Amino acid sequence: MSATILVVTEAREGAVRKVSHELLALARELAGTTGSVDAAVLAADAPGGVDDLRGFGADRVLVARHPDFARYSPDGFATTVASLAAGHSVVLLAATATGKDLAPRVAAKLGVGLASDVTALGFRDGALVATRPVYAGRAIQQVKLRATPAIVTVRPNSFQPRPKDASLTGAVDAVAVPAFEARVTVRALKASEKAALDVTEAPIVVSGGRGLKEPANFKLLEDLAEALGNTAVGASRAVVDAGWRDHAAQVGQTGKTVSPGLYIAVGISGAIQHLAGMRTAKTIVAINRDKDAPIFKVADYGIVGDLFEILPRLTEEIRKVRSEK
Amino acid sequence: MKIAVCLKRVPDTVAKITIGPDRKSIDEAGLKFVLNPYDEFAVEEALALKEKAGAGETVAYSLGTDAAQETIRTALAMGIDRAVLLQSAGSPDGLEVAKAMAAELKAGGFDLILFGKLAVDDYNQQVGPMVAELLGLPCVSSVAHLTIADGAVEAEREVEGGVEVVACRLPAVLTCDKGLNNPRLPSLKGIMAAKKKLLEVKPVSLGPGSIEVLGLEYPAERKAGRIVGEGTDAVPELVRLLRTEAKVL
Ligand SMILES: Cc1cc2nc3c(=O)[nH]c(=O)nc-3n(C[C@H](O)[C@H](O)[C@H](O)COP(=O)(O)OP(=O)(O)OC[C@H]3O[C@@H](n4cnc5c(N)ncnc54)[C@H](O)[C@@H]3O)c2cc1C
Ligand SMILES: Nc1ncnc2c1ncn2[C@@H]1O[C@H](COP(=O)(O)O)[C@@H](O)[C@H]1O
Repeated sequence: MSATILVVTEAREGAVRKVSHELLALARELAGTTGSVDAAVLAADAPGGVDDLRGFGADRVLVARHPDFARYSPDGFATTVASLAAGHSVVLLAATATGKDLAPRVAAKLGVGLASDVTALGFRDGALVATRPVYAGRAIQQVKLRATPAIVTVRPNSFQPRPKDASLTGAVDAVAVPAFEARVTVRALKASEKAALDVTEAPIVVSGGRGLKEPANFKLLEDLAEALGNTAVGASRAVVDAGWRDHAAQVGQTGKTVSPGLYIAVGISGAIQHLAGMRTAKTIVAINRDKDAPIFKVADYGIVGDLFEILPRLTEEIRKVRSEK
Repeated sequence: MKIAVCLKRVPDTVAKITIGPDRKSIDEAGLKFVLNPYDEFAVEEALALKEKAGAGETVAYSLGTDAAQETIRTALAMGIDRAVLLQSAGSPDGLEVAKAMAAELKAGGFDLILFGKLAVDDYNQQVGPMVAELLGLPCVSSVAHLTIADGAVEAEREVEGGVEVVACRLPAVLTCDKGLNNPRLPSLKGIMAAKKKLLEVKPVSLGPGSIEVLGLEYPAERKAGRIVGEGTDAVPELVRLLRTEAKVL
């Protein structure tokens, strides 16, 4: 039987998020040549990028419009996705703040199980098998999803979006939003001061720890982030607990789990709870003056030395190679 | 205020995990277990809300084996009034756990049902919203800030790039995130008192569910990294490696 896949897309600030393109790439792979991929868009007004969803891998684009959908509407989204799920064998959501809230509601409405925060997904002997980190990344579990539809949330940055096929645009179908009772309402979305890039979404993350000595020194990391471009600044729990950085920036077991292409840990010892949040990064760089710091055990590249000397030099060197490009 | 708190017994987050001979579960021998850290926030919030209201009852529910009694006693020692152990081996399918808990919570007449955001063993992050859905109650997940007045709930939750302000009415289900409060430690007096508090044991049987564990493995070791060098002299070489070898710049 071929897979019929529903991808629940997400938008932020009026544009489809990159993670949705990642899900479409995964869906396309699962669907193969015989299956199909539908992209669901829940919005008050269709967000920018809807016309490109076919170019990123969708066969059909289903747009469910409702005035309440200008923001996330937990009950409205759950009711709509549960109804769109009919006729699909797999429903993919992103393991984002919204997706993690929405997926269990949908699964409960449909009476099926949910595999959360999955990093790999594929068919094995006709059964859908998900790979997911458990025990704070200290073990990796493989589960078989036996129900139809199979509901899965996928960790951001686990898959590469397909290059956009610009010849495939448009073809958007409006779908009805079933009646729902809004038991919960999102009143406001307060943007964080540096609304910029979230650590879970950024292709590059530079994180600082207690080695930075004081909050003002995070300027050194912000400079490096700016030189790298498209980079978020993360933090260890020690500096978040000390009030130097916002909890939103915390990487680790009690913070965010990140899988960027490049993770640079500066003045971070590499405690197991920190590693839980970043060990799936593709490339890890560590800068620490203690050559025995545990962070060097997971780092692909390390520099032993004083971060206050190394950071300005690194920023300068990055600027140099960037300007050569 | 009548408040339910749902608790899970989990391996200590710093403990080394050993995979058992079945290659599907962990070896529990000698492993230290604790109250799920996010559930501590739920316990603290329940206690603080009851204290503020000046009256009410707090009841802890845990689904697990008899070993979970120790975990429940921790919550009782923190100040929870009484507890129920739903005796079961559990399930990898969070919906089965949610069904059993919802069935038990349904007739409880609770104003508020509190969960942790996530259990640090299975990393499912699903049981709370599922219970809410099964009971037809409003639910806010990953709450990091909470005010309740005249039956109106206003909660804040962290989302990518900001904070969502979410409102609903009681009765409601909330899942608790770090930042909500600072959980108290059990006092000596609390530990003594906990021994005499009511802990009811009710066997429950879970359905087969639709999630089946096929295997459990250690994470792939990252290939041995290398120290590029010491001090600022190593910087150009690091940048070169990032460009030509790792190809991330
Ligand atoms: C239940 C639980 C959950 C937790 N969750 C998290 C979590 O989500 N995220 C997290 O990060 N932690 C978490 N922790 C805390 C974790 O155990 C560590 O305490 C924390 O990660 C340490 O932060 P750090 O590396 O910044 O500080 P330290 O461990 O103090 O490390 C500072 C490092 O900076 C280096 N250094 C100092 N000065 C310089 C310099 N001039 N140049 C270069 N290097 C320098 C030092 O050599 C040292 O390695 C958790 C702990 C528990 C118990
Ligand atoms: N077996 C259980 N017994 C009681 N509460 C549970 C159980 N499993 C999960 N929970 C609750 O649901 C939350 C989320 O768990 P999970 O969905 O497994 O990540 C936990 O923080 C607990 O509050």
